[in-house]
Amino acid sequence: MFDYGEKNRELFPETKSDGTVDIDLSSGKFTKLWHGPNHPGITGNMSLELTLLGDEIMESKTHVGYLHRGFEKLMERRRFINNFPLVCRVCVPEPDFNEYCYAAALEELAGIEVPEKAQWIRTLILEMARLQSYLMWIGGQAGSFGMGMVGQWTLWARDRVLQMFEELTGGRIYHIFILPGGVRNNLTEGFKGRMLETLADVNSILDDVERVLFNNAVFKKRAVGIAVIHPEWVDEYGITGPNARAAGIPKDVRKDNPYVKYGELDFEPVTGTDSDIYTRARVRFDDCRMTTGLIRQILDRIPEKGEFKAKMPSMLHWKIPAGETYKKAECTRGEYGYYIVTDGSGYPARVNVRGPSYTHAVTLAEKMLVNTNLADVAGTLVSLHTYPPEVER
Amino acid sequence: MEKVIENVQKKFSLSEVTSAHGYFITCEKKDAVSLVTYLKNVEGFKHLVLITAVDWIKDNKFQLTYLLNNPQMKKELGVRTYIERSVWPEESVMDSAHHLWPAAKTYQRELHEMFGIDFPDSPEVNEPLILEYWDDIPPYRKDFDTKQYSEDTYFPREGRETDDPATYMKEMLYPFEGEKNV
Repeated sequence: MFDYGEKNRELFPETKSDGTVDIDLSSGKFTKLWHGPNHPGITGNMSLELTLLGDEIMESKTHVGYLHRGFEKLMERRRFINNFPLVCRVCVPEPDFNEYCYAAALEELAGIEVPEKAQWIRTLILEMARLQSYLMWIGGQAGSFGMGMVGQWTLWARDRVLQMFEELTGGRIYHIFILPGGVRNNLTEGFKGRMLETLADVNSILDDVERVLFNNAVFKKRAVGIAVIHPEWVDEYGITGPNARAAGIPKDVRKDNPYVKYGELDFEPVTGTDSDIYTRARVRFDDCRMTTGLIRQILDRIPEKGEFKAKMPSMLHWKIPAGETYKKAECTRGEYGYYIVTDGSGYPARVNVRGPSYTHAVTLAEKMLVNTNLADVAGTLVSLHTYPPEVER
Repeated sequence: MEKVIENVQKKFSLSEVTSAHGYFITCEKKDAVSLVTYLKNVEGFKHLVLITAVDWIKDNKFQLTYLLNNPQMKKELGVRTYIERSVWPEESVMDSAHHLWPAAKTYQRELHEMFGIDFPDSPEVNEPLILEYWDDIPPYRKDFDTKQYSEDTYFPREGRETDDPATYMKEMLYPFEGEKNV
């Protein structure tokens, strides 16, 4: 319908062999624009310093630091058990992966065996966390291309999942449910039936979203072929999770290094080929569907009887032998890991959080955004699924 | 994994190998970047998981950990090295690994800012990543006292001095309840 013709590239500065361009701000050709930190298209408190020529991005720089809370430092001053209210707040939409990684690392260093039933409940909690995070993400991805209504639907579905979390753990967002040695409580009576009802509701919303979002001409026009991640960047830039899987590389910690009960579940990582915004959205959406299937599998297999918590020493006087370990889990954005060093005292010597957004939001985004259009920045960042809180902790 | 460590031991002198909770090897400071390069290019550890530091203030040294992942073997290997811990405002110095992975430059920027470990030649290493206008001790060093900092920087909150809940309840809560009834 519209034909804008090809851009006249003579007006653009020459790209050098290392991919950079000479930017002379005094020439008056360029515009500096701060995208964020208070921008609906930025996924949290982060900002991009963009240098534009017309509406094309010549250079992008990621600025974080609006949300620094110094959790890694604060953890060194607290006893191991006192750190649980902190770790869940490292990443707001997905606290359970933090709790799991931290608890699993402590169990490994202290040599604690987790009971069978607790492992199953942990798997359930982690998959429920994945489901609610994906549901929020779908709303963001649609919203970044101007479809606000999809977000209204999926947030309703997410709220149903949060209600189940509330029933199980007492909290909607922060659960502090996974503790060293197991989980905090048993499943409530009738939980399975109510969870299956919730999953049916979620699946019907996902059917609607598929019709409205993935068959939508506007979404296809704006997402297909935009912001491509080349497969050779995956190892170079440390890309993990759906961003790598959309490039055809089946990287999934659940499959590669099975933790909790993932080794006993039947699933295959979803992969894509085109690695653009549309494929990444498709991979995440199919992963979300797979998660509902996994939760059904888990509900069928949770044992009725058994302990949900191992016998533990008094938490306030708990000392962990000196050592170091790295524990990882697959969250919705990729590999989430905790590197913990202990020195034999009652306090951790060092806790380092490896969030997948650390590479996605800084190094990768800075590379990807060059030569894209200003209007695609929000969609690109949401399709990388970045969360600044885990960059700066 | 044992074979990889054997291969590494033929080329580099390792002072410590631990495998109790994941594989970690310790090498000398001068070997660290070449060992990491060897692991990346020859042994297939192509994915950089993280670079981080631990402050061992009693031994007066920093531990640097390069955690690498081999996508084929699907396993992690941690490379540890110890560098001298300088007294602030002097900075400790380490060789940069930004030429191996683009993401390394962000980790090094953070280490420079948070621990005061300088990586000369690493791009943008002097630009602040998280903190702005920070002129105190790098905050992740053990001798930086978070409690002291918050006491010096922020005013104390009222209402925190009471340490006797029974008296507090008696004086504050019951009269208030009584007022409500009137």
